[in-house]
Amino acid sequence: MRLESLYQEIILDHYRHPHHAGLREPFDAEVRHVNPVCGDEVTLRVTLKDSDAGPVVADVSYDALGCSISQASASVLADLLIGRTVGEGMKVNDEFLALMQSQGEGEPDEDVLGDAVAFAGVSKYPARIKCALLAWMAWKDATAQAMGR
Amino acid sequence: MTFDVARIRKDFPILERTVRDGQPLIYLDSANTSQKPRQVLDALDDFYERHNANIHRATHQLGEEATAAYEGARVTAAEFIGAAEPAEVIFTKNVSEGINLVAYSMGNASAMGLGGRFALGPGDEIVITEMEHHSNIVPWQLLCQRTGATLRWFGVTPEGRLDTSNIDDLITERTKLVALAHQSNVLGTINPVRAIADRAHAAGALVLVDAAQSVPHMPVDVASLGADFLGFTGHKMCGPTGIGVLWGRRELLEEMPPFLGGGEMIEDVRMERSTFAPPPHKFEAGTMPIAEAATLAAAIGYLGEVGLPALREYEHGLVGHALEALREIDGLRILGPAEPVDRGAAISFTVDGVHPHDMSQVLDERGIAVRAGHHCAWPLHRAMGVQASTRASFYLYNTHEEADALAEGIREAQRFFGAGGR
Repeated sequence: MRLESLYQEIILDHYRHPHHAGLREPFDAEVRHVNPVCGDEVTLRVTLKDSDAGPVVADVSYDALGCSISQASASVLADLLIGRTVGEGMKVNDEFLALMQSQGEGEPDEDVLGDAVAFAGVSKYPARIKCALLAWMAWKDATAQAMGR
Repeated sequence: MTFDVARIRKDFPILERTVRDGQPLIYLDSANTSQKPRQVLDALDDFYERHNANIHRATHQLGEEATAAYEGARVTAAEFIGAAEPAEVIFTKNVSEGINLVAYSMGNASAMGLGGRFALGPGDEIVITEMEHHSNIVPWQLLCQRTGATLRWFGVTPEGRLDTSNIDDLITERTKLVALAHQSNVLGTINPVRAIADRAHAAGALVLVDAAQSVPHMPVDVASLGADFLGFTGHKMCGPTGIGVLWGRRELLEEMPPFLGGGEMIEDVRMERSTFAPPPHKFEAGTMPIAEAATLAAAIGYLGEVGLPALREYEHGLVGHALEALREIDGLRILGPAEPVDRGAAISFTVDGVHPHDMSQVLDERGIAVRAGHHCAWPLHRAMGVQASTRASFYLYNTHEEADALAEGIREAQRFFGAGGR
């Protein structure tokens, strides 16, 4: 059934038991993004630390209000990006954006996207793509602000 | 003539198509936009195939026919809402534009220093309600920002009725205009417009009624409502998109400065300044949606043949049935009146453990079209303590079986998301 291809078990698991949820201190930047179409919102904080390989994502914490897709997406994002360099994180972000814009034709690389490959089915539903992207856009925005400090 | 939903459904070609892998379409999104009957589709084709020309300025037979169709539509629309004369009917592209027309005209009256009842300044107040569509909130916020006037509003009760307990405090000699929905697009609540209008008039204020959600479903008479302005839109009442009506009392339209400037709205133009045509043309700049206006008349004709009193009675029974079916679902909260009293055919609800977006997705998989989100009424959702809702809205072509299918779809969503419903 099509419903299962959209709502893969990985998505439902993250929705019911979100990882890294809640807002934590300290943080370098905080943003609030909303989807004006449906009212979904996410407040997201990013903490960076320096390393030999450049700035690293030390923590992503968030408070998300929204549908299963947008909540699960925030959870998967935090899982994937915490501990990565900002450069790697931006690449993952670009890859995820490309997958969402693929209109169901994308062939996601699980080595890069991990659990986020489960969102491939979302790209077939134009009304839901913004749900999946909400946290990712917020992370990109918050990280850019944190880098600017 | 009795109301025969099976016969009515045959008028709507789109109801014959299937969606999502061959399932019959169950269209419960008519508060968003309604479907169109064959009679209306034919009228649009007929205009373009036989009568198309620009109006008022074309000196040939087609121009005469197009002008007659357009001005004839104005007469039809005026009679439909009980206007005193056709010149009180201004064609707009939708209700949003109609409301903006009044708001910008008031802003112009203020900026031009014209004085009178349309000029606003610090100390003046506009009163709206918390259950308005964004289109009846934002234009007034902008107007108040431009003029220094103050925006105030009625709240809503937990049951989704207008809270009029502080009406004496809200409507005062400072009030210049009260703008409110006849029927909420989210709650379905039908507001006591007449009582509020009487209070507003006693205080010397004008009353604008957003009738986008009521005019398609019930007989509406501008005089008995006590309105000074009233807006409705074609696409929610079996007509085309791109055409709506702003009705206003003649003496007010005479006094108001124009909103949009351009061709056809003038009396005389010189390089230094211009004078303007009398209403309604003063407010109809540029080439108007001519075919759409002609087709709106066909939609009004269609609803007239069906009979709005019969339609209203049928919907009342249908909504009662739907409310009953939804009330039986554990964890489901109906936003707005739970009984079919002073309420229309839009039913918004939340379900514990299933976000509206996910609910609409499950319903869509079953061929059921609903709307999810805040329905352009974000402040209302905040007032009701919810982030978003799912809205099923019914119209003359919907059936009791479709309401039952909605209830079954909601239960399926509960099962799918493990939300504990039975």
